Amino acid sequence: MSKSLSSFFKGRRALLPLGVLALSSSLLATPVMAETLNIGVMGELASFDTSQVSGGVWESQVLMDVFEGLLKKSPDGELLPGMATSWDVSDDGKTYTFHMREGAKWSDGEPVTAEDFVFGWQHLLAPENASKYAYMLYPIKGAEAVNTGKADADTLGAESLDDGKTLKVTLNHPTPYFPQLLTHYTAYPVPKHLVDKYGKDWVKLDNIAVNGAFKPVEWVSQSRISVKKNPSYYDADDISLDGVNYYTTEDRNAGISRFRAGEFDVLRDYPSSRYQWLTENLPDATHMSPMLGSYYYVLNNREGRPTADKRVREALNLAVRRNVLSEQIMAGSFKTSTGMVPPGTNHYEAQHMNLVSDDMSARMAKAKALLKEAGYGPDHPLHLTLRYNTSDEHKKIAIAVAAMWKPLGIDVEMANAEATVHYQTIQQGDFDVARAGWIADYNDAENFLTLLHSGVGNNYGAYSSKQYDDLMDQAAQTQDLDAREKLLEKAENVALDDYAFIPMLTYVTRNLVNPEIEGWADNVGDDHPSRWVHFTD
Amino acid sequence: MLIYTLKRLLQAIPTLLIVITISFFLMRVAPGGPFDGERQLPPEIEANLEAAYHLDEPLPMQYLRYMGNLLHGDFGPSFKYKDFSVTELIMQGFPVSLEIGGLAILLALIIGLPLGIAAAIKRNSTVDYLVMGTALTGIAVPNFVLAPIFALVFGVLLAWLPAGGWNGGALPNLVLPVVALSIQQIAYIARMMRASMIEVLGSHFIRTARAKGLNEGEVIFRHAIRTALLPVMSYLGPAIAGIITGSVVIEQIFGIPGIGRYFVQGALNRDYTLVMGTVVFYGVLIVLMNLIVDLLYSALDPQIRYDD
Repeated sequence: MSKSLSSFFKGRRALLPLGVLALSSSLLATPVMAETLNIGVMGELASFDTSQVSGGVWESQVLMDVFEGLLKKSPDGELLPGMATSWDVSDDGKTYTFHMREGAKWSDGEPVTAEDFVFGWQHLLAPENASKYAYMLYPIKGAEAVNTGKADADTLGAESLDDGKTLKVTLNHPTPYFPQLLTHYTAYPVPKHLVDKYGKDWVKLDNIAVNGAFKPVEWVSQSRISVKKNPSYYDADDISLDGVNYYTTEDRNAGISRFRAGEFDVLRDYPSSRYQWLTENLPDATHMSPMLGSYYYVLNNREGRPTADKRVREALNLAVRRNVLSEQIMAGSFKTSTGMVPPGTNHYEAQHMNLVSDDMSARMAKAKALLKEAGYGPDHPLHLTLRYNTSDEHKKIAIAVAAMWKPLGIDVEMANAEATVHYQTIQQGDFDVARAGWIADYNDAENFLTLLHSGVGNNYGAYSSKQYDDLMDQAAQTQDLDAREKLLEKAENVALDDYAFIPMLTYVTRNLVNPEIEGWADNVGDDHPSRWVHFTD
Repeated sequence: MLIYTLKRLLQAIPTLLIVITISFFLMRVAPGGPFDGERQLPPEIEANLEAAYHLDEPLPMQYLRYMGNLLHGDFGPSFKYKDFSVTELIMQGFPVSLEIGGLAILLALIIGLPLGIAAAIKRNSTVDYLVMGTALTGIAVPNFVLAPIFALVFGVLLAWLPAGGWNGGALPNLVLPVVALSIQQIAYIARMMRASMIEVLGSHFIRTARAKGLNEGEVIFRHAIRTALLPVMSYLGPAIAGIITGSVVIEQIFGIPGIGRYFVQGALNRDYTLVMGTVVFYGVLIVLMNLIVDLLYSALDPQIRYDD
């Protein structure tokens, strides 16, 4: 199969216009190939203005190819110098001094300076720009006050020094994941000179300038965004591709057909139900690897709910057969999980909930005893509402979990709604058990554990533990990475011992990748900058 | 006729107003808003967003603002696709949907009408059963089954045509979506034409024509078909409006940048301005298509006159 697959791909590389071809072949006697990477992405970019991005994973694929932050990522997801070539951190961990790359230019030839970063961040935080992801920069001193309109933009803890050659950033707390944050699109620079000139229209393709490896040249809404190599990029000589096309591909099965027809080199997701078929038929192209994402069930800890009783929460957890969900229901396309923070997270050891035993009959016996103790039994069966957002995968899992709880005499009422309604309903607390998922914004345990902190909006189950909150607050003030890790792990164990939620599965990345490309590697962030990609001959 | 046309256009104004008003308020009644999602936003950020889109104003005020902008031909910015205005999105997508839909309807007429006529003339023969059997299958197999099969067979296995993509409307990219979109229409049109033709062939004026000694060809082509076309025409008005405003299934499966998906995605994302824009656009098209069909009626049937 791989052989016929490669022959499919042969026709993909577009030849340059015939005239050029004839000329170059007569001169060099070898045809010149224009190497374009075709990627099927699951949705459309909301905007090239990073303050207007809506948060889809497909958006970062395009943005990381056209912009570059102070740091960038290697194919494996390791941090590398980007627009800053080096940086110093103060002893208290709160001040970062970045030394900007000399000779870095926007695609219109203007230099990229520290000023563009300060401006970009102020632009993101400006209340009138209403950026959904502005909170990503809240670790920077004054950011929250600027974003909420309580302080002027110039009070932000980011300063351009030495004529824009140095950027000094002051943080609220030592934030070990700050360098990670700098690779996120919210921390990209914005060309001040163009915003001054064109206002909101600076992102129109006729006006835009970028500082990344590729420059956008065409955008057919709902169909394709095309970018071409940016000759002003400092590493342009090392970029192998001439351009990249990102095709909006909402129908994942149709994406598989287009991949098989050789129209795509990379498909950024495929339905989990096709995993088995793909591993058998396209073994060299099918990629699946662990990702920083947790699939869990929220338990409503609010007073008056049956799930406010710890014994009920423990019983529910004991009865879930995670390996059945992973292997049988999801056909191996999710990994089992018994904690909130997924394995592979930086400076963190994955923690596990105490589920008594591997033996299911022992677990079920314990669960039954716990429910009985909590006052539930044949005369007074436990009735639960399970909510999930509409999707085949979520439905399959919900049905399976309800069936696992049935032997305990639990009567489950299932309710599904489209995502918008689902999250609004569970934020209001109208549920007992609800499906939720979290994909990391940055590679740090804090990003997951904050979901269980009292008063946090995304803590849908309203779990509240003073001990947990204290440990988390203490960790936020701790600079030493090992000491911080211990505090965070301790906090997670507090929540796990409270059976605060039902950990179930860890997300995986699912990609189809043309075996003839190199410089593309699986990584926990599922970040794949096209600048490293090249075709093998 | 001119007066009639003007009158119909004037009548369309209150119709559209009602459609716009109902859609506007229905959209707001739906639970959830454009900024609700998997991640709850900090309240300050939500407040910023609402202020930026005037969603913090009272609803009647928002309605008046929307209607005011609409009078200036301004559909507003899309909540989701920030680099485009709703007008830009519709203007970019509509020509694509028009091309695919127009070709599909044309194909459906070219194939469906003769099939229906043939089946009616050879009523209860093998031809009839064959045509009607195939038509029934065409109606029964939905697009979302047919389109992926087409992509798989012609795009992947035989590799004759692209499995998807628009490519600026190049002919090879057009074939599969147009055919997939037209199959159901061919089936509908063939069935409708057959039924209508059978009815007409049994009517008095056809008997008279035959009694006059006209040959069968003249009876069918000069008299029967013209009359039999009328019910098909009245079906075509709304059908054309429906097809040229895109098909979400065909667009998603073949990756075509039409406007069909905006109806569905706009609603799911609670992209208020985009939904309203497509509703208004669709409403205007329906009104226009119905008017054109009514005018064509009089051309086909001399008994129908719009003199008043």
